[in-house]
Amino acid sequence: MKTTPKALLLSAVTLSAGMAFALAVQAAETVTIATVNNSDMIRMQRLSKAFEDQHPDIKLNWVVLEENVLRQRLTTDIATQGGQFDVLTIGMYETGLWGAQNWLEPMKDLPANYDLEDLFPSVREGLSVKGTLYALPFYAESSITYYRKDLFQQAGLTMPAQPTWTQIAEFAGKLNQPDKDQYGLCLRGKAGWGENMALVTTMANAFGARWFDEKWQPEFTGPEWTAAANYYVDNLKKYGPPGASSNGFNENLALFNSGKCAIWVDASVAGSFTMDKSQSKVADSVGFAGSPHEVTDKGSSWLYAWSLGIPATSKHKDAAKTFVTWATSKDYAKLVADKDGIANVPPGTRKSTYSQAYMDAAPFAKVSLEMLQHADPAHPSAKPVPYVGIQYVTIPEFQAIGTSVGKLFAAALTGQMPVQQALQAAQQSTAREMKRAGYPK
Amino acid sequence: MLTLKQSRRLQSLLLGLLAWLVALLLFFPIFWMVLTSFKTEIDAFATPPQFFFLPTLENYLTIQARSDYFHFALNSVVISFGATLLSLLLALPAAYSMAFHETRNTQRLLLWMLSTKMLPAVGVLVPIYLLAKQFELLDSRLLLIAVYTLINLPIVVWMVYTYFKDIPKDILEAARLDGATTYQEIVRVLLPISKGGIASTMLLSLILCWNEAFWSLNLTSSNAAPLTALIASYSSPQGLFWAKLSAVSTLACAPILIFGWISQKQLVRGLSFGAVK
Repeated sequence: MKTTPKALLLSAVTLSAGMAFALAVQAAETVTIATVNNSDMIRMQRLSKAFEDQHPDIKLNWVVLEENVLRQRLTTDIATQGGQFDVLTIGMYETGLWGAQNWLEPMKDLPANYDLEDLFPSVREGLSVKGTLYALPFYAESSITYYRKDLFQQAGLTMPAQPTWTQIAEFAGKLNQPDKDQYGLCLRGKAGWGENMALVTTMANAFGARWFDEKWQPEFTGPEWTAAANYYVDNLKKYGPPGASSNGFNENLALFNSGKCAIWVDASVAGSFTMDKSQSKVADSVGFAGSPHEVTDKGSSWLYAWSLGIPATSKHKDAAKTFVTWATSKDYAKLVADKDGIANVPPGTRKSTYSQAYMDAAPFAKVSLEMLQHADPAHPSAKPVPYVGIQYVTIPEFQAIGTSVGKLFAAALTGQMPVQQALQAAQQSTAREMKRAGYPK
Repeated sequence: MLTLKQSRRLQSLLLGLLAWLVALLLFFPIFWMVLTSFKTEIDAFATPPQFFFLPTLENYLTIQARSDYFHFALNSVVISFGATLLSLLLALPAAYSMAFHETRNTQRLLLWMLSTKMLPAVGVLVPIYLLAKQFELLDSRLLLIAVYTLINLPIVVWMVYTYFKDIPKDILEAARLDGATTYQEIVRVLLPISKGGIASTMLLSLILCWNEAFWSLNLTSSNAAPLTALIASYSSPQGLFWAKLSAVSTLACAPILIFGWISQKQLVRGLSFGAVK
């Protein structure tokens, strides 16, 4: 074969181009993001192509994990400094604990156009430790009351904007028709610190209870917890669907959407699901009210924010920060509004989200906003408390303690033990665990 | 009054029915998973459960759009076959030694090997995670191949040992008299005789590796994540997901199920054609 200078030149150019391309590919930093499978996160994954177009030097690598697996993986990875992830999807509970341990990068020196003041103060404070922000909020939720307007109208009932639990029980009793497969009240019953205990704790707060007194002594045998526990078990037994002790968020969502619940108290994030005609049979008749209160409205509605944090072990901190800033920015909210409609903008984090156009498109937004503005994780009970957190207590021991107490409440609900016995057992086990953990510290 | 012949026929019929009943009972969850994968999320959550509905391919299309199925499937294939071959490579000489050159500690050694299976996996998660981190093997296929080999080795050794024990020593002695070396003894005599047993051990090891979830979820993130990690990613804390989860589970089970069906005939033939079985 004859080698001509032209062929040589062509080969050299091709080789150089290939090497340049290879170097360019190598130069792109890969940011690995650990996230959960919910609609807002999946949407972010889809729309993040726009980010990659804007930042050709950053490549995004998504790792979608089941929520409990995500917590376990992240805890293992952070505790052993594995450095597998650059961006973590975490809640307020983890942010508080991990931030205090310096396991997360502080969110300092954010660009001016990020507009930190636009974030709701309750959300910003919930993601801060001693004034330092450790994660940026992607979306936040409170708890609200969902009800069937058609059933209320037929029964001549009116749902107040801010109902009490006593009123909820009265309505549930009037609308409960098990023979028609229609149940008065749907509440979480599945045991777990993030399942039934999220609901039960806000209910207990509304009845004036608290998890611990100022000396970290649990108060389950006090009159407030007794009243709340009796209310929860009695009404869910009388007016709840069969097998309520195994119902979590998803199960109750399915029950409500298929028209089997007259009233449901749960996360505000369900608002868009209940109004989505492709998955709800009652989309046209859903009403929204505030989370029920009773003797107090302090801590009666929860606050939770799925947020994006950067582990201290990340090898691509700057690129990760660029992405986190983009994903929680006003620009991202605008992108969602343009692509998927304004009703799908991640809720609960920014004041600017709640424009009139958004309020019109998302009828549940007004109630959610009121609850979010009202939430105060530093003062979750009418009585003084030594902890932070509304539906949880921001201490590392809470996951285990909360789940253990949750199992006792589920046992009371199924009739395995009387309410009083469950409360006494909760008191004993919690006091034992707290003593073992060395409280008061 | 039934005659002896009629009584035997009835007995055989009843036993046949019982076998069918057990088979249906075992198969029902798989059937329900496949059925659910063609439902909408609302139909999947409906009570009472629906047997008749308008089928949809929506869930499969969503999975195709959202995940790179073949990346996860390739990882599953490489890891499962890699771990199975490596464990066989280690187990064959070990089982040969234990079966044909037994000492008074052989039984104790076998029991000790099996006892490692009794340790809860989570108990050694942190040490293994730290070791993997130290050797920079996190999220690599090599790590999962090594871990799965170690997990399955006791069972593989036990099974191969049991098959080898059924082979009379006389056959090997005859080969030895003909001048065969230990290597030739194993490769030319022992392996062809016990190929049915080795094949079924291999299949069991493959299935165990394919279905393993704890280690794959904890030691991989994206590069080496197998199909079990893909399944877990479709579980959702907020929103309905049963139909999509069933579809992705069907896709994850399909390759190993098909492989099992294809190799079933060969396995049975291998077992029944054994020289001394």
